[in-house]
Amino acid sequence: MIEFSHVFKRYPGEHDALKDISFEIERGEMVFVTGHSGAGKTTLLKLISLIERPTRGQAIVNRKNIGRLPARRIPYFRRDLGIVFQNYKLLFDRSVFDNVALPLQVAGLEPREIGRRVRAALDKVRLLEKERLNPIVLSGGEQQRVGIARAIVHRPALLIADEPTGNLDLVLAEEILDLFLDFNAHGVTVLIATHDQHLIARAHRRTLVLRHGEIVHDSGIPGAAV
Amino acid sequence: MIRFLRTYFRRHADVLRQTAAQLMRAPLASLMTIAVIGITLALPAGLYLFIANLERMSQGWDTGGQISLFLERGTSAATADKLARRISAMPSVARVDYISPKHALAEFTRLSGFGEALTMLEENPLPPVLTVHPVPEAAPAAVEALVKELRGLDAVDSAQLDLDWVRRLHALLGIARRGALMLAVLLGLAALLTVGNTIRLAILNRRDEIEVMKLMGGTNAFIRRPFLYSGVAHGLLGAAAAWLILALVLILLNDPIRELGILYGSDLRIEGLGPKGTGLLLAIGAALGWFGSRFSVGRHLRAIEPS
Repeated sequence: MIEFSHVFKRYPGEHDALKDISFEIERGEMVFVTGHSGAGKTTLLKLISLIERPTRGQAIVNRKNIGRLPARRIPYFRRDLGIVFQNYKLLFDRSVFDNVALPLQVAGLEPREIGRRVRAALDKVRLLEKERLNPIVLSGGEQQRVGIARAIVHRPALLIADEPTGNLDLVLAEEILDLFLDFNAHGVTVLIATHDQHLIARAHRRTLVLRHGEIVHDSGIPGAAV
Repeated sequence: MIRFLRTYFRRHADVLRQTAAQLMRAPLASLMTIAVIGITLALPAGLYLFIANLERMSQGWDTGGQISLFLERGTSAATADKLARRISAMPSVARVDYISPKHALAEFTRLSGFGEALTMLEENPLPPVLTVHPVPEAAPAAVEALVKELRGLDAVDSAQLDLDWVRRLHALLGIARRGALMLAVLLGLAALLTVGNTIRLAILNRRDEIEVMKLMGGTNAFIRRPFLYSGVAHGLLGAAAAWLILALVLILLNDPIRELGILYGSDLRIEGLGPKGTGLLLAIGAALGWFGSRFSVGRHLRAIEPS
């Protein structure tokens, strides 16, 4: 699903944000990326969601070479991804329902199909009864669940999350983790960037550890990519 | 194919609904923008109307370019009459009037106020005069040639062309037209910037939305569409406002101008934009809105673009 080989990312005028990154994530895997802030977690996720392009090296995501994908193909590439943000990035000028419907509207689905899928996604995160509310009135944990519903409503092959529990307390964070575990159990490839060691310990999944832009540890396939 | 079309039209209908809802949600901001665009468009359109009306009216005055033909003194009425008939047969001449010395003296006595002094003259000092009116469509050069030809005729003492003021008027109109055109371009540019700036502010407010939509896989065309619609809506409504402003001005000016016309003994009337002009104004408004928003959105889309 994701295949990085000797990938570098350098921002102009700065040191290398990512150095010689090589790893592989199979379809259906669930992987954590961890490390201190500034270690390169966010940069890695930005490369995978094609917000940034690698400076050097080859990176394949969902069978697309993200270094070479033409700009006009990027929107279609992103429709196979689900992205969960630390600050949720919900739109407060519309209801919970409309927020979750966004990826489907972007893809141009029929209204009836949109309604069906949005309700299924909201049901999954147990927010069905709040579909008409403005997300601004929801708690942090609920807002993040709306964000997650929006990330999975279009049934993406790959779900990526950047510090999805960064703004939540322990109980809510575990709730969110359970959701991710559940999606993974249903076959979605999940990649979560977090510095929350408790979460990682609880999940018992493969973990990549980044330090100063390099992968220093890969718990799943030890020694393979370091 | 049918599904594609259905999706396409549904999306446009959705965006149209959104645009209308947006206009209604912030009526004051929308009205201000529309008013600014309206006034900005009304100024060049009004200038255009002014020039067009002036040209239309001055067309009638072109024929006022008459030639006064002073005949040698002592030319008999019969000779003058024969000459007048000869001249009126010329192709570039519309009409010839004969003014006898007696008639001219009577008129001069009446108008000059020298009546008593004139009665002391032993004989009439005024020559007989033929007033020659060239055909309206005659070019200035043709009129000039006509004057030369008339000067060469027997019994003609001198010929005088009263055309200079018409020429000056036309030169002035030419300057005014060019000035109006330049002003119109500047004001059109201002309208473009106004619309662009409004859209830019709208985008600043909705930057998050654009970013999220981009991350959800929205194409630029999809994200741009609501902004283009709103730009065109603002431009169209602004043009309609400009039309209303002009209509109001015309109504207010109509009576004084008609009075002026009565004083001059002519039928002065201002003409409005008409269906063609109205259509053009609306089209220009819509086009300005489209380009203004297209320009701003394009810039912002690129700025937000994950590079």
